[in-house]
Amino acid sequence: MRRIYAVLIENEAGALSRVVGLFSQRNFNIESLTVAPTEDETLSRITVTTAADTGMAEQIIKQLYKLVEVVKVMDLCEGDHIERELMLVKVKTDTVTRQEVKRMADIFRGQIVDVTEDAYTVQLVGPSEKLDAYLRAMGKKPILEVVRSGVSGIGRGNRVLAI
Amino acid sequence: MSDRLSGGDMLIRALQDEGVDIIFGYPGGAALHIYDAIFRQQKVEHILVRHEQAATHMADGYARATGRPGVVLVTSGPGATNAITGIATAYMDSIPLIVISAQVANELIGTDAFQETDMVGVSRPVVKHSFMIKNAEEIPEVVRKAFHIATTGRPGPVVIDVPKDTTDPAELVEYIRPSDIRMRSYNPGGRGNGRQIRTGIDALINAERPVIYCGGGVVQSNASEPLRELVRALNVPITNTLMGLGAFPGGDPLCIGMLGMHGTYESNMAMHEADLILAIGARFDDRVTNNPVKFSPQAQVIHVDVDPASISKIIEAQIPIVGDALMVLEQLLEGTKAQIASFTKAEKLTYDERNDRWWKQINEWRCVHGLDHGLQVEPDMPILPQLAIQGLYKATNGDAYVASDVGQHQMFAAQYYHFPEPRRWINSGGLGTMGFGLPAAMGVQMAFPDAIVACVTGEGSFMMNMQELSTCLQYGLPIKVLNLNNQALGMVKQWQDMQYGGRHSHSTYSDSLPDFKTLVEAFGHVGYKVSEAADLEPTLEEAFSEKHKQNLVFIDVWVDPHEHVYPMAIKGGSMRDMVLNKSTRQETT
Repeated sequence: MRRIYAVLIENEAGALSRVVGLFSQRNFNIESLTVAPTEDETLSRITVTTAADTGMAEQIIKQLYKLVEVVKVMDLCEGDHIERELMLVKVKTDTVTRQEVKRMADIFRGQIVDVTEDAYTVQLVGPSEKLDAYLRAMGKKPILEVVRSGVSGIGRGNRVLAI
Repeated sequence: MSDRLSGGDMLIRALQDEGVDIIFGYPGGAALHIYDAIFRQQKVEHILVRHEQAATHMADGYARATGRPGVVLVTSGPGATNAITGIATAYMDSIPLIVISAQVANELIGTDAFQETDMVGVSRPVVKHSFMIKNAEEIPEVVRKAFHIATTGRPGPVVIDVPKDTTDPAELVEYIRPSDIRMRSYNPGGRGNGRQIRTGIDALINAERPVIYCGGGVVQSNASEPLRELVRALNVPITNTLMGLGAFPGGDPLCIGMLGMHGTYESNMAMHEADLILAIGARFDDRVTNNPVKFSPQAQVIHVDVDPASISKIIEAQIPIVGDALMVLEQLLEGTKAQIASFTKAEKLTYDERNDRWWKQINEWRCVHGLDHGLQVEPDMPILPQLAIQGLYKATNGDAYVASDVGQHQMFAAQYYHFPEPRRWINSGGLGTMGFGLPAAMGVQMAFPDAIVACVTGEGSFMMNMQELSTCLQYGLPIKVLNLNNQALGMVKQWQDMQYGGRHSHSTYSDSLPDFKTLVEAFGHVGYKVSEAADLEPTLEEAFSEKHKQNLVFIDVWVDPHEHVYPMAIKGGSMRDMVLNKSTRQETT
C-alpha cells in the first residue's frame, strides 16, 4: 500500500542523510522525497512516499522516531489529505504541433511557462496520478525533458503536523 | 565557575564532568591537541591500545561490566575507520559508548586531506547518534548530550567527530557546562502503561504454560532483582538469551537455560509449547526464534521493551509494553504479588496445580537431553571443550567475569558456565565479532582490578586481536585466557560438516598455527599448553592460584577438533526442531 510520511525533523546538518540512510539500511524503498525548512526555521519537513504493508509501515514510523533528530511523524495516507506534485515538461514543438501542446496543457490545467521557437515548457501541479496521466496523453515522442518535484502533502481539516 | 579553556582541554574537562575515569585510545595527527590536554591532567586515565578496534572493545567490555559508558578516543582517517567494527559491535548489543574521533581541520574537510574520512557518514548506520563539532564553544553541550543519549532509553554508541581546529590550544573560550539537557525530539521510555501492565499480569496468572524469556535489556537496565522476585513469586520457568545470561542465576532450578539456536532442549521445547511468553528486553532475534512463521504457535506474547521498534518487529505482541525493563518489572512485580496474595485457597490450589503440571512436563524434557548428555569421558579421549568450560567454572568457583570471543567456544561457555549474576558474561551477541574477547576482558579487568577475569577464546578469534597482549603487559592486567584450540574455525567447520558434506573450505590451518605458549611468553606473559585430559584441571587450578595473581596466563587447551555444539536448531524449522547430536535429529514439521 502507498504511504506518504510527513516528518518534522530538527533542521541540522546531516539530519536528512540519517532519514535517507534509514530507508536504505532497513530495506525500505523511497519512491520520492522532498525536504525544505518550515516556517519555524529550526525545523525541516520531509515528505517521503513509499509502498509498505501494515507491518512495514509500523516499523518505518517506529524507526523514524528512533532517529534522535526526528520530532514528529505522520502517515498522511492514514486519513484525509491533500497531495501535490509539481512537474515541468519541455515539449518539442513546431508551427503545426503548438496548438495541440497548448490545448493539452489547458485540459490538464497546466501553464506554458517558457516558449522558444522549437520548445514549450509546461508546468503542471496536482496529484501524482494526474501528472502521470498528462505524460501518457502526450506520448513519449514530443517530450524532451521531465522534472518532478516529488510529493508534498498535508492533512485535511484539523489533521495538523506541528509541535 | 567559568574558565577559559582550549577546545582540547574542554573536551577532557567535559569527560571529567561526566565522571569518566578511564578512556581507551590511540593518538595521531588530528588528535594531538587532545592528547596534549590529556597529558596535562590526572583525573582521566588514558589506556594506550595497539589497535583502535581493540580500544572500542575495551570500552565496550568496561561498559558491559560496570553499566557506565565506555569512552574511546581515536584519530581521524584510519583511526576512525578501525573503530567501526567495535562501534557496530556495541550498537548491535545496545552498549553505551562514547567514541571521540579526531577529524582534519574544518578548512580541510572535503578536500581528501591526509587521514581524512567522513566519520559521521561512515559510522551512521551503526551509531545511536553522532555529532560533528563545529566550534569549540559547543563542546561542553555536545559531550553532555552525547552521554545522555548513549546511556538512556535503549543505550548505544555515540560518535563525536572533532575537527583539529576546534581543539586548537591557542584559542581559548569559556567553558559552560549546561546544567540540564532538554531535547524535544528525544524522549527515552520510562514506566509502562498501567492498563497494559494489569492485562499482562492477568495473562501471566492465568496462563497454563507460561515462559519468561529475558534478554540483554534486563542486564542493561539493572533489572535483575525485580526479575528474580517476579520469577520466584510466579514460580514459572525462565529462559535467558545469550545476552541475558546471569540476569537470572544460571544454576537456579527455575532457570531452564539459554534458548535459541544452541539453547537447551528444555528451553526450546518450553518456548514452542508455551501458551504465554513474557519477553523482557529481548528482541526475538533470528538466532532465537528460528523460523518466525513456525514460532511458538499457541503463545500469546507480552513484549516489554524500551524501544518501541523492537516490539512486533519479528513476532507480533498481543500485549505490548513500552518501557524501561527495571520500571516495568517493578510494576509487574508489585501487581503480581498483590494478586497472588489475594488468592483464595481454591485459586491458589488451581494455580499451583497448573504450575505443577507445567513443571512436570519441563522436567521430563530436562531428562531427554540435558547438557551433560554425551560428556562421558573414556580413557585416551581427546579433551572435550565442554569439560574445559566446566573446569573453568570449578577453578573460578563460578565467580569470574567471563569475556568470550565468537564461535563454538562462545556457545560452550554460554551453555556450561552458569552465571550467577548479571554483567559477568561479556560477549558479542548481535554482531558476533571475532577478536572481541581479549580486549573486552581487558576493559573489565581495568574496571575491576581485583576481580577474576577470564577470556574464553579460540585460536581463530584470539589471533584477530592478539597484539593487545602487549597492552596487557604495559598495564599489568592479570587476565586468564582459556584458548579452546581445535586447530580450525570450529563453528564454520561445524556448519560445513552439517550442511556442506564435510567440505572444509578455508576453515583449517592446523599446520601453520603458532606455538601459543612461546608466543605469549614472547609478550612477557605466562603460557601453558594442555593436550592431555588429565592435565586440564591441575593446570586451571594453577593458573587461577595465588601464584599467578599478577600474571596474564594463557592456557592453550588442545580440544577435540571434531566436536560440535549441540543442540542446534534445524534451519527453517520451529524452535522444537533440533539436531541433538551427530546421530539424532528431532524434526516434527
